[in-house]
Parts: sequence; C-alpha cells; structure tokens
Amino acid sequence: MSMDRREFLKFIGLAGLGLGIGASATGWIFSRGLEASEYIPPPGALTAKRWAMVVDLSKFKTEEDYQRVIDACHKIHNVPDFGNPKDEIKWIWTDTYEHTFPGQENKFLPKEFEEKPFFLLCNHCDNAPCVRVCPTKATFKRSDGITMQDYHRCIGCRFCMAACPYGARSFNWRDPRPFIKEIDPTYPTRTKGVVEKCTYCVERLAKGLQPKCVEVSNGGLIFGDLADPNSEVRRILNTHFSLRRKAELGTGPSVFYIIGGEEDV
Amino acid sequence: MFEKALVGSRRYWTLVFVLLGIIGIGFLVYLKQLSYGLGITGMSRDVSWGFYISQFTFLVGVAASAVMLVIPYYLHNYKKFSKIIILGEFLAVSAVTMCILFIFVDMGQPMRIMNVLLHPTPNSILFWDSVVLSGYLLLNIVIGWTTLQAEWKDAPPPKWVKPLVYLSIPWAISIHTVTAFIYAGLPGRHFWLSAIMAARFLASAFASGPALLILLALLLRKYTKFDPGREPILAVSKIVAYAMTANVFFLLLELFTALYSGIPGHRHSFEYLFLGLEGHGKLVPLMWISVFLALGALFLLIIPTTRRHEKTLTWACIMVFISLWIDKGFGLVIGGFVPNPFEKVFEYWPTLPEFIISIAVWAVGFLILTVLYKIVISVRESVGPGEPAH
Amino acid sequence: MYDGGKIITGIIIFLLFATFPFYYNIGKANVKPDPKLDTPVIKQLAEKKCVESKEYMRANHMQILDDWRNMALREAKRTYRNAEGKLFEISLQNTCMKCHSNKNKFCDECHKYANVKPYCWDCHFVKEGGAAK
Repeated sequence: MSMDRREFLKFIGLAGLGLGIGASATGWIFSRGLEASEYIPPPGALTAKRWAMVVDLSKFKTEEDYQRVIDACHKIHNVPDFGNPKDEIKWIWTDTYEHTFPGQENKFLPKEFEEKPFFLLCNHCDNAPCVRVCPTKATFKRSDGITMQDYHRCIGCRFCMAACPYGARSFNWRDPRPFIKEIDPTYPTRTKGVVEKCTYCVERLAKGLQPKCVEVSNGGLIFGDLADPNSEVRRILNTHFSLRRKAELGTGPSVFYIIGGEEDV
Repeated sequence: MFEKALVGSRRYWTLVFVLLGIIGIGFLVYLKQLSYGLGITGMSRDVSWGFYISQFTFLVGVAASAVMLVIPYYLHNYKKFSKIIILGEFLAVSAVTMCILFIFVDMGQPMRIMNVLLHPTPNSILFWDSVVLSGYLLLNIVIGWTTLQAEWKDAPPPKWVKPLVYLSIPWAISIHTVTAFIYAGLPGRHFWLSAIMAARFLASAFASGPALLILLALLLRKYTKFDPGREPILAVSKIVAYAMTANVFFLLLELFTALYSGIPGHRHSFEYLFLGLEGHGKLVPLMWISVFLALGALFLLIIPTTRRHEKTLTWACIMVFISLWIDKGFGLVIGGFVPNPFEKVFEYWPTLPEFIISIAVWAVGFLILTVLYKIVISVRESVGPGEPAH
Repeated sequence: MYDGGKIITGIIIFLLFATFPFYYNIGKANVKPDPKLDTPVIKQLAEKKCVESKEYMRANHMQILDDWRNMALREAKRTYRNAEGKLFEISLQNTCMKCHSNKNKFCDECHKYANVKPYCWDCHFVKEGGAAK
C-alpha cells in the first residue's frame, strides 16, 4: 500500500478521531453511575428558601461574649491563626461602627456606639458580586440563598476578593495546617491557594443544627428563613429597625443588624 | 523561517543567554512560590492583587502597539508603515504572552487553570479576558508570521490574512475594554468604579505601546541594519502625543469627579496615592514621579521641534513608558485596594521574590521579542532593500 | 547521508533520554501493593461491605468520590442511597475514613504503586498514621 503525504495525514487524522470517540465512549460506559443509587438531601436537614441572620447587638455585652462566638466558629471550621494581618484568615470577626458601616460615620454617636464592636461575616448577598465574577463557578449560589465556596474548583485568582464589598473573603497565602492550634478531625482544612469564607455552616444545617455562631451566641444571633413570614428573623425584622452593610450597592446582604433589642415586643 | 533565529552574531547569543539566565533564576523562585504559596509576595487579605496583576494590566496596553500601526496602514493606506508594522505585531505577541504568564504566576492553584475552560462562566469578565487575550495572541502570531513569510518568498501575502487583519482591530480594542471591565464592574471599589475606565485604558495603551515601539525601532536601527525610516517614526510619535494627551486628560476627569464631588470613597484612593492617607504613603513618591514624567513627556511631544528631534523624542518615549508603567503597572491596581472595604489603610509593597519572578516574566517577553525581531531582520537582509511586497 | 554523524548522535541522545525511566528503575524491586481492610471498625462490621460492591469500588472509587463531592457541596444532596437502598452521609473524612482509618495501608499503598497523587489530603484531614479518629 502506498500513500502520499496528504493521504497519510488524512488517515492519521481519522484514526485519531476514531480512537478519541472509542475512548470517550468506553469512558462513558464505565463512568456511568449505578442505576439504582441516588443522591438525596439529608433527612432532618434544616431547609429554607432564603437563609438570613439577625445580629442583635444588645445581647453582646462583654468582650467574652464576642470572643466566644468567634472562637467557636473558627475552631470547628479549622480556621488558622497566623498572628499577622497579612496572612490573616477569618470567617467572623468584629469591628467598630465606623468601619462596619463606612460612609455612615457620625461624630455625634453616643459613646457606647462609637466603641461598640459589630460582628462582621459574609453577607450571603442576593446578588453576590463574588459569584458574578468567579471564572470557574467555584463560588456559587445555593437555592437556599447561601453563597457557597467549592475549594476543589477554586483556582485562586482572587477576583472574588476584589469584588466583595464587605471584605468577607480570605485567601490561603500559605499552608494553613501548621497554624491551626487543634485540627477538628470531622471538618476539612483548606489548602494553600484557595479562597475561603463563612458558609452559614452548611455542614451543620445538613444535620439539622443551627450555625455554630448562633448556637453559642446566647440569643444574640438569630438565624432563619427570610421567605417565611412566620420565621423568627422575620418577626424580629418586623418589629425592629434594622441596618444592613452597604445596602446601597444593590447586593442584597442577608445579615441584618439591630441595635436596640431591649424593647422586644 | 524559524531557522533564522538559530544563527546570529555573538551579541545576539549573549542577549539570548542572559535572558535565559534571568528566566532560569525566576523559574527557581517561582518553584519556591509554588511550594510556599503566594504568601511569598507582598499581597495580603486587604491588597489581594499586587505587582503581577498590575504588570498584566499594563502589558495589555503595550499589546495595543500593533493596532495603532494596523489602522493607518490597512484602513488609510499609509504605506510608510509597511516596514515597521511587523514590529508592532510581534511586540503584541510578546506582550500578550507576558500578560498570560503574569496571570498564571498570580494563580493560587495554577495546575487547575484549565477549570476556566472546563467550567466556562460567561458572567465572569475573567473568562472573557482569557478568550480575548488568547485570541489576540493567535491573531498576531498568524498575521505577523504569514506576512513575513510572504515577504521572505517575495510574494503577496495570502488573501485570507486581510480579514484577520481587519478582525484584529476591534479585537485589540476588546482586550483593553475587557481588561478594564475586570475593574470597572466591581461594586464597592470606588477607585475603579468609573465608566471612563476602558477609555483610559485605551488612551494609555495607545501611548505606551507605540512609545515602546519607537524605542525598539531606534534600538534596532542602532544595532542592526534595519532602518525604520524617519517618517514612520514621526508618524508614530504623533500617535503617542495624541494618546498621551488624552490619557492625562482622562486622568484629570477622574480627579475632578473625585475631588469636586468630595465623596469620601471616591476621594480616598487618590489621596492615598498622591498625598498619603492616615500617615501611610508608600506610593506617593512613585506617583509624583509618574506625574512629572507625564508632564515632561507631554511638553516634549506637543512642541513640534522636540517631537521631531530624535534625541528629545527618545527621552519623551522613555518618559511616557515609565510614567504609564507607574500609573497603570502599580498605582491603578494598588490604589483600588487602599483603603480597604472597611475604610482602613493597609499598605502593599512587592517582595524580592515577587520582583524576581516579575523580572523573569519580562525576560520571557523580551526573549520572544528578540527571537522574533531577529527573524524579521534576517528575512529583510536576505530579501534585500526595497519595499516589502504586502 | 548529509551530517550523518550529527544525526546519529542526535538519535542516540534521544534514545537514551526516552528510555531513561527504564535505567532509572533498574534494580528497584516493585513491591506489589497490598491494601489492608483490617481496621477495628471494619472488623466489627456484621456485613463487611462498602457503600457499593467491592468490584465497583475498586474500579470506580474515584468517580464516586468525585460525584459525592459535587453532589454534597454543590447540590446540597449530602446523603447517598446505594443500590440496596442503604443511606450514607456523604463525607470523605466522616464516612469513608471511619471504616478505612488506615489511609497508609488502604489508600496510599496503591496510589504510590500507580504513582497517582490525589490532592484529597491537602484539605481532608487524616491523623498521623492514617487514622481519621
């Protein structure tokens, strides 16, 4: 059999194509899951149409009240402590009114507000800029409103960090493991080069538990379904004046701050 | 044609090996970054993009050099650009390659970079940026290489190149627009949230790219037999003059809006960059150098005598390039992150490893440029003097 | 043949380079992997069965793990119902590694032999010696 160069190239091309199709078909047959198996939402999980959180600042009085919440979250989620602001990773933390609500500064606030710490965490926005900018859908929106992060898929481009108006996201600038005091063996750590943040404790919701911060807040943090008019968060928001961070940006943050609290109806 | 890059003078090889050496050192430092993580750089939780992404942003601009020659030559039949147009196209190849490398070295998980194609996400500007950048790279390689090959064979370039050339014009505009959109569409970053961002990118690109091109053409004339001719250089210098004027004008528009409106969020980044904020001002000297270089360059470019005089034009081009490198390759990105979303000042400064890796990426670009230009010159020498045939 | 010497030298260098893995591994005994299933938890199981059949798991564990993580993380479907209707919590650390607490002997043994380096353990924590507690 003799063939000229053109024919030979054609032959090679077709053979390659055939091989490719064959290989992918075999792959498809073998990769198909088991017919009878299925994936279901865990029975007994807490579910909602739109999860949201209310921060009732009147319930937090001492420094310990705040620290307990932060420590509880960071401990169960294996959040490292690098001890320097450059590498810092945090899921929930505090800052003053001036820095929590920049642009809303008021020189004549009562002294107690000027220094009062406010909780900061991911706002799980309706219209999350981080989700919009992520080039791999590593950060995405769940149907219950939670802005979720897929560490397996994150390429570490940090576009989401530039996009988040709330500074809610942290990057693993280096291997976090050596900086976790005691690793909780039931929860993964992260690897270097991925972005992380608060997840409203999806792993606990799946087990029918409230987020950890809510559990240890002594009623200062209230978590519930914003779409359900009878939920506790809705009841509180109906009777209290609430604030959201940078709501003017149209992101639709789902963390609400109430200041008073005492005049509970 | 590539074999022409494999024979050359002692000087050519010295340059190639020096560049390879720099790349080698940079690669070793990159391996270190790969094992330690991006914490090896000066970037932080607050300034989460730094030198790498700034260099990328600046180099997208340099890649525009090609289109500023393509438009007069192909759309206005300005034949005098025939000799240097290939320089612009190959400069674009080198610049876009550097852009892609700078994005790559900035990734936290570089081995997963193909996730961008595996999970295409049209709502992400970064997805579009990867599309337009690789497209522009491909266009310029194909156009540059085929036209040069035609020249070598002393034949007119194939017909299918023309549509590609026309396509490359809007494509060049698109790489700037899309890169500007990376920044201009982010809520809560006041410094970048500006409709004029893409226009500013284009103006600064059309100044810095052609300015570098003039410098490269003059360098080539000094060290090789290549002569771009006086008139094309003067024509390009006019482009630089107009573009630089537009760029400074646009910057002043931004300043006016920020300062006259007085809105703190809009004001603060400018204050940080030019005056320092809350006692922090690491970028202040650099930014003022950029300002003075821009003003000096404008002065030399606008006055016809100095623009036409080669020595002063060379200085003007160097000044334009450095001024825009500081402005876009540093200030624009860092300024957007300071102050941070909590209106706090946390500063950034590149570290030594970060700097070495960046230099190495520049060396890769310069190596590509050296090899491509070497081929151009050897082809021209073998063909002999006279107008190329395309 | 023009430049015959150069071409032959080139071919020899190429061959040396291409066959390098063979010389490199000469004399190194290839120990056959010997994964173990003898963990305390498995020993106490009445029916020693994984989430799916042994054959399926051996061939497709990487597939099922990939599906598991996508379903759990991205679809919030954190429960797996296997072909027999048994329910499992989808969790590498808390379900898989509870039985297979001997990562060294169960996972690494074959992965090392096949020279595959899954990055599971960069994040998913397993205590020294392989036990996930």
